[in-house]
Amino acid sequence: MTDEPVISEELQGLLNVEFGPEIYEVEKGFLKKFTEAIDDPNPAWRQVTPPTFPAALVPTALLHRLFNARTPLTRLLNGASELEYLQPIKVGDVISVTSRLTRLRQMEGKEGPTLFMFTEVTCTNQRGDVAVKGKNTYVKY
Amino acid sequence: MAEQVYYEDIEAGSEIPALVKYPTTMQLVKYAGASGDYYQIHYDKDFAVANGLPGVIVHGWLTLSFLGQMLTDWLGEGGALLKLSGSYRGMNKVHEDIICNGKVTKKYVEEGKNCARVEIWAENPQGDKTVTGAAVVTLPSRG
Repeated sequence: MTDEPVISEELQGLLNVEFGPEIYEVEKGFLKKFTEAIDDPNPAWRQVTPPTFPAALVPTALLHRLFNARTPLTRLLNGASELEYLQPIKVGDVISVTSRLTRLRQMEGKEGPTLFMFTEVTCTNQRGDVAVKGKNTYVKY
Repeated sequence: MAEQVYYEDIEAGSEIPALVKYPTTMQLVKYAGASGDYYQIHYDKDFAVANGLPGVIVHGWLTLSFLGQMLTDWLGEGGALLKLSGSYRGMNKVHEDIICNGKVTKKYVEEGKNCARVEIWAENPQGDKTVTGAAVVTLPSRG
């Protein structure tokens, strides 16, 4: 074990910085590929996106920084996800995704120090309405 | 398709019809491509084992998608999902059943809408809860 801190200055510096917007066009083929991958045959998903579709609206800029930030912890897992639906996301929508790191928490886990990284994502449609608010917790250990 | 469920039909304790899924490595590769989550623990067994995992593991988001399917199948065309959450507490391996379950914990009217809170969870064949979460839904009324 090194003395390198689990919560580095680099990670601290990302707290509450807004990333994005990243733009995703909800094309028919994009939705079809997603619903086939989750193996959900509901015909409603030809036009409207299924509940976990926001997982594919990835805030890549934030995640790239989070996952590549220097820390002695090398292993990563997804800890928890939370979605709130305000407007349906449909084929033809253009979704702007903004994201931020809201909290960092270090705990002693079974396998040594564990770092919880709490993030929030907002998906806004082309009319300016917030369609989905999401929260996700990533775990490094 | 099952018959539409109505607000009057449910009460605290009502169970949602279970859904059983059986993810394969191929499905995880498809999910990686569709979602953009190419983390190797989900398709590269050597990488997964080197990371201390028992083998390739199912994306938490994919298991939550199965729980989402269970809910939307139950809600039918007349119901809607307002909130969905899941904590990834354990790991689901490929080529094993994932059993999705749900139970109504509370029904209430809010802002004129017929709402219910639902506890949801996914189990592996050993009966361990690998994902636990909650949903808030609205249901149509017979009235």
